[in-house]
Amino acid sequence: MSTTIDLSLIEPVLQKHKGRQGDLIAILQEIQGTYSYLPEEALIHLSNNMRIPMSRIYAVATFYAQFRFTRPGEHIIKVCQGTACHVRGSPGVMDALVDELDIHAGETTKDFKFSLESIACFGSCALAPVMVVDKNIYGRMTTAKARQILGEFKGVK
Amino acid sequence: MSLEDVRKQAIIEWEALQHSPKPRILIGTATCGRAAGAMSVLDTIKQELQRHNVDAIINQVGCIGLCYVEPLVDIIKPGRPRICYASVTPQIIPKLIEDYLLKDNPRPDLAMGTIGESTVEGIPRLFDLPILKPQVRIVLRHCGYIDPEDIKQYIADDGYSGLVKALAMTSERVIEEIKKSGLKGRGGAGFPTGQKWEFCRSSPGTEKYIICNADEGDPGAFMNRSLLEGDPHSVLEGMLIGAYAIGANEGYIYCRAEYPLAIERLNIAIKQMREYGLLGKNILGSDFSFEIHIKEGAGAFVCGEETALMGSIEGKRGMPRPRPPFPAVSGLWGKPTNINNVESWADAAVIMQKGAQWYASSGTATSKGTKTFSLVGKVKRTGLIEVPLGIHLRDIIYGIGGGIVDDKAFKAVQTGGPSGGCLPASLLDSPVDYESLTKAGSIMGSGGMVVTDEATCMVDFARFFLDFTQSESCGKCVPCRLGTKRMLEILTRITEGKGTEEDINLLLELADGVKDSALCGLGNTAPNPVLTTLRYFRDEYEEHVKNHRCPAKVCKALISYYINPEKCQACMICYRQCPVKAIEGGKDTIHVINQDKCTKCGTCMAVCPTRFSALDVFSGEPVPLPLPPSERVFKRAKREK
Repeated sequence: MSTTIDLSLIEPVLQKHKGRQGDLIAILQEIQGTYSYLPEEALIHLSNNMRIPMSRIYAVATFYAQFRFTRPGEHIIKVCQGTACHVRGSPGVMDALVDELDIHAGETTKDFKFSLESIACFGSCALAPVMVVDKNIYGRMTTAKARQILGEFKGVK
Repeated sequence: MSLEDVRKQAIIEWEALQHSPKPRILIGTATCGRAAGAMSVLDTIKQELQRHNVDAIINQVGCIGLCYVEPLVDIIKPGRPRICYASVTPQIIPKLIEDYLLKDNPRPDLAMGTIGESTVEGIPRLFDLPILKPQVRIVLRHCGYIDPEDIKQYIADDGYSGLVKALAMTSERVIEEIKKSGLKGRGGAGFPTGQKWEFCRSSPGTEKYIICNADEGDPGAFMNRSLLEGDPHSVLEGMLIGAYAIGANEGYIYCRAEYPLAIERLNIAIKQMREYGLLGKNILGSDFSFEIHIKEGAGAFVCGEETALMGSIEGKRGMPRPRPPFPAVSGLWGKPTNINNVESWADAAVIMQKGAQWYASSGTATSKGTKTFSLVGKVKRTGLIEVPLGIHLRDIIYGIGGGIVDDKAFKAVQTGGPSGGCLPASLLDSPVDYESLTKAGSIMGSGGMVVTDEATCMVDFARFFLDFTQSESCGKCVPCRLGTKRMLEILTRITEGKGTEEDINLLLELADGVKDSALCGLGNTAPNPVLTTLRYFRDEYEEHVKNHRCPAKVCKALISYYINPEKCQACMICYRQCPVKAIEGGKDTIHVINQDKCTKCGTCMAVCPTRFSALDVFSGEPVPLPLPPSERVFKRAKREK
């Protein structure tokens, strides 16, 4: 998938970390913060600009779970799959969302409205199971509540 | 202004705040509080105060650890003890403000406890409650008390006095003091901290680093997050003391990206340290200079391993390397490096403040001091706790935790995250210390404690952990990369009812192999959940294999849902909610599950009203045949007038 992106948006990032190849992870985080994913053009630009081989950028970016290579949906739904959440029923919550959205964890709906992600642990284990939509944290989830919250997000727009 | 002058000023301000003529409202706004809705409660407090024209001070504080009753709001009226209100909703706020702030009725019906010397009739003392009484709060002493974004509140309570003492000593004396305290690494492995510092100190070289490991990756653990959010300066003071003792001038905090609030508060704390001359060149007028950098992780469990973490700080893939050389000799950028966990650093600060002897007075002969745990899973009172080492598991789970949800039977407690093990009921009376946990096949770990009940299948639980470690394996060494994969395949086979008795033996053999030959701690400990469940719950494995039965009725391939026609009230709730329309029925028609369509998601069981409880789960035995359609008519009992 190739879309044109505005490379000037990451100029400040490249300036800030100029000459500091060791900051690669922070740079990638800031690029993702700008575009909400790591577009190939941006990585090529980074490679040329900072003289970091593309192979190394790709090696690092694919190693860490945080980085995505495709455009995410408008809303990102994260379901915690940590131990406390597992014991308290998060697999059911995930199944319900998979069923409602007809995509698997790590995928985005065709209309780019929702992305579904599974997360190792948010550290809010006392409120397990936990689900996060964009920046909103929802604790003590059930399958029914998950479907209802999703419905609310679908209804907004 | 010297630090002592700052402290005098800070104490005056703190005392003035305590005896403020205005009422004070404290609200816990750490991540847990926020997940439970603290921010909307905070908004309501502001609105209501404005509406009634009440002049009050609002303080946002860290987490006191009572996560199960978040959000927590404390009110202090002049001349009255602090009263803690639990499970506060925006609807309760007007009552508290109108009845207590305006009319002086403390609403004992809504209060959980009081904090302080004096009491209020009808309200117990908070620290007399069973969840708090057995706790000894040293590391967490400030959490929920001070404003983590105000360095002065930390300074007022002896903050940075440990650093002042250390700077007046030789670095050898500081290390001696840490050794005397008996502190062992709180990140999991339990290596004596003083000795670790000494190794790094005696390594040749002038350029040395220290690292704070805040990559709390164990799912089910959030102690470090709470500490960083609630009292960041205690960790930073410990790092300064350690850096001075070791001879390092630069330090890194490696914090996982999932903890944005902890990072925000660390940044604020570091800025304030600089303002007060606690960072930079010639700290507090001494020869000691130090800088701290924060590095955000990017989501890799293996980066909790020290050599992988250092690779990640250097901007590389976080892959462990063989040791030796140990980081104390060759660590970050090839220089001598000392790495400790968040809690160990905070312990070091309090040890220097109050003395090694004082610290060593809690704990056992070989495990000194206290340890924080996140007590979660199927216990009634989940939360962040701090207990003296040596406390018995039963006192934690039944005393502090209040027992199992719905008074079900306890099955196992999992300590140490994916690297730890599952301990059965027969070990409930064993003490929580480094030696006992290791002997039982588990580890102390960083402090995750997940309690499970009879509804947890131990094979599925082991599979869950293996699934995690297998996907987090960095792939560098063969035993971990392939061993965990094969183990996961076997466990999956067993949970699907396709396992054989030979599989169990193969699993054991593989587990031993991975444990002995993997490159790093992740691989060495990955088999622990499997080994301990096999050691204590082998019968469950055998049931899956021999009788195709999941005793906990969890493994989907081995269970069937069934609506008991005697109990079904034809209410149509499950009929409507079934996501795959596998339930046949209708108004006044007893519902029946079409077993061919059923995906075993469990929704019907979850939504069936408890007063009917019409859903049964079968495993290892045939499901009764459904009633023929002609007999499915439901005769509703006439309601009596």
